[in-house]
Amino acid sequence: MPKELVPVIEMREIGKSFGSNPVLKAVDFSVEVGEVHALAGENGAGKSTLMKILQGVYQKDSGSIYISGSKVEITDTFSAKRVGIGMVFQEFSLIPSLTVAQNIFLTNEPTKYGLIRDSKAKSLATELFKTMEVDLDPGRLVESLPTALWQLTEIAKALAQDAKILIMDEPTASLAKHETEGLFSLIQRLKKKGISIIYISHRMDEIYRIADRITVLRDGSRVLTSRLEDLTPEKIVEAIVGRESSAHLLHRDRSENISEEIVLELENLTCGSKVQGVSLKLRRGEILGLAGLMGSGRTELVNTVFGVLRPTSGTISINGKRIKNNSPADAILNRIALIPEDRRSQGLVLDHPVTENLTLPLIDQLTVAGLLSSKKALKKSQEIIKHFEIKLAHPAITVGSLSGGNQQRVVIGKWLATDPEILMMDEPTAGVDIGTKGEILDLVRTIANSGKSVILISSELPELLSVSDRILVMKDGRVSKSLDRKEIPNEEYLQLAIQGAS
Amino acid sequence: MSNQTAFAPTLSRLKRFEWRQNIIYIAFVAVFLLFAVLLRDSGFTNPNNLMNILRQTATITVMAVAMTYVIAAAEIDLSVGSIAGLSSVVTAMSISSWGLVPGIMAGLSVGLVAGAISGGLVAWLKVPSFLVTLGMLGLLVGVARWITASAPIPIADQTYIAIFGGGQLGPVPTIFIWVTLVVGIGAIVMNKTKFGRHVRATGGNLVAAGYTGVKTARVKFIVLMLSGGGAALAGMLYAGRLQSGRFQWGTGDELSVIAAVILGGTSLFGGRGQVIGSLFGAVFIGLINNGLILMGLDVSQQQVVRGAIIILAVALSRKK
Repeated sequence: MPKELVPVIEMREIGKSFGSNPVLKAVDFSVEVGEVHALAGENGAGKSTLMKILQGVYQKDSGSIYISGSKVEITDTFSAKRVGIGMVFQEFSLIPSLTVAQNIFLTNEPTKYGLIRDSKAKSLATELFKTMEVDLDPGRLVESLPTALWQLTEIAKALAQDAKILIMDEPTASLAKHETEGLFSLIQRLKKKGISIIYISHRMDEIYRIADRITVLRDGSRVLTSRLEDLTPEKIVEAIVGRESSAHLLHRDRSENISEEIVLELENLTCGSKVQGVSLKLRRGEILGLAGLMGSGRTELVNTVFGVLRPTSGTISINGKRIKNNSPADAILNRIALIPEDRRSQGLVLDHPVTENLTLPLIDQLTVAGLLSSKKALKKSQEIIKHFEIKLAHPAITVGSLSGGNQQRVVIGKWLATDPEILMMDEPTAGVDIGTKGEILDLVRTIANSGKSVILISSELPELLSVSDRILVMKDGRVSKSLDRKEIPNEEYLQLAIQGAS
Repeated sequence: MSNQTAFAPTLSRLKRFEWRQNIIYIAFVAVFLLFAVLLRDSGFTNPNNLMNILRQTATITVMAVAMTYVIAAAEIDLSVGSIAGLSSVVTAMSISSWGLVPGIMAGLSVGLVAGAISGGLVAWLKVPSFLVTLGMLGLLVGVARWITASAPIPIADQTYIAIFGGGQLGPVPTIFIWVTLVVGIGAIVMNKTKFGRHVRATGGNLVAAGYTGVKTARVKFIVLMLSGGGAALAGMLYAGRLQSGRFQWGTGDELSVIAAVILGGTSLFGGRGQVIGSLFGAVFIGLINNGLILMGLDVSQQQVVRGAIIILAVALSRKK
């Protein structure tokens, strides 16, 4: 059967520049029928540009695209859909106020005499879910579904439009463990039906589990395409980061920097059902890692300490003195800072200049006769920018125009300028590339070495293991395990502890 | 929160009943009963009084149906009251100069053109609808005053008054026929046609709708044009009932219209549109106005109580 040998997608020597900045340099990329092809690379390596060309969001400058052997021009998202390319968006693309079936058939609604037949749409959707072997009521409103089912709805929507190729961008980012398993078995079934999947992910274990081949991009060029069984994870990481080593992920013993002095002590801290009787002690200079699944109560715990949530019982003491944080303002006075999980919505005012963002928590120190002094603010922000090596053209540009890594530095800089004793960070490396990740982790170490104490939440275990001096594992709102870093032999051990298997 | 193990179909249906979205029906019945008891001696339940309530709310209802589309698409139209006023004036002037049919055409065109201008600015130049229609609000009142020198324009054409005002078709007042037509078509188009679905998709998630192939700019243009058309029809109904065109007809109606739509369960953030709810929202406001008058409250007291009731009902109908 020679037809099987023709790749479903073949992109040849794709080139693309934005202005004078080349983002793709003659990239070749092909996907076989029924193949799961992983696409990896740092942020800015060109992955998303390549995929956007395939979806018709961007136009290529040079090169050609073949679908099932015949040359096509993809000029817009509609022509991409016509040739069978479906996208499962990282940020979900459904209409929350419509039902599952209404979303699946949006713009393809079955009609009779010009009126939509919702019952027909519903039965078609039911059938579609049956072939996907997924149990989901298509009559439910999307907004009432848990996120995992949103994603299934998106996949169904793409399949309903006869997609032959699905592009999945970090599809497991918001899924719990068992939901990920469900997604993987669905991917296996789709493969058997001859559907090809381009799988964009940073997670090595997932790539090894489900992908057949991997392509790595770096600086706009393809540096590797290979079957996964011929590759070691080290080879892949090397291809992704290039010459840079991954030294920042090595754990260094920093016990000489930790004093015996207890800075923060929680006793039986409880907040509703999310945080249940958590006790912990944090020493000066210590980096305490919080591990756990999504929903295990980590975020709620730091939010309770920071005064965003009110504790229902239990106590918080700082330097041996009991305190009450009724609001973040109180917490800041008690020299606690929290760098929240979602920096775009909780940590920054994206449309405001860097200066204003940096000086927001310091605003009281920047007044002259009760009025804000922009001179003082500029001077202060330049200090912070210099200290945290934030790369920008001018402090007056908006934060939203900075790269993810630099945005994160602005958040960290903003809070450290308040001179906190205790810094809590919730997933500080989410959404930044490997290079920036390393810099942020180094920054965390530097902060702790300067005598501050850090509580770090991260779902990326290698990173948690590399900086933490001690790791608390949380499960269902409780601390299920407290592990000294030295007691943890490897990542698997910690993973098992998180899953509750050991 | 989301308990997925529904034990029996009835239980799940009960859970799915969104009482917040349907608060208007509960509030409607509650207020109606309350007034029926409190005002039993003032003739509240007298058929003539009830008929009057419906008659007086007809214009608000017509505008509210069109506004339901605008708000479902996550836009807003503040110019409806002004369009109604200008349309009443233009209709009256055109009838006296050129006759009945040109008059009706002219009145309707005023609304469609004003709506199309707002819609074009919003859809293709991406100017926020709040600002565009706020500007329109002032601009159109100005035009209406200008062309009439702020004077009322009487309408003598009895056919016009019969069709748009106090006429009857058999036992049914024509104004009810207008309301039934507008509400009926509005509800079917919203719930059963691609256009209605695309309006809600546009308001529910603009980017996603665009990626799915919904022509979101066109949707925004059309809803604002329709809103202008609806407001023009309301203006013509004012002109028919009051037998004249005047720039004041419809002044301030935008607030009652928006309140009626939100009360009816349409989300101010877009994505949801309940045409029947808007009808009840409009009549609910009329009910309150009427009841407060019968209670003997003076105008200033009415305004305070009405405002408070609307805030309360909107707060309750808000999702989360």
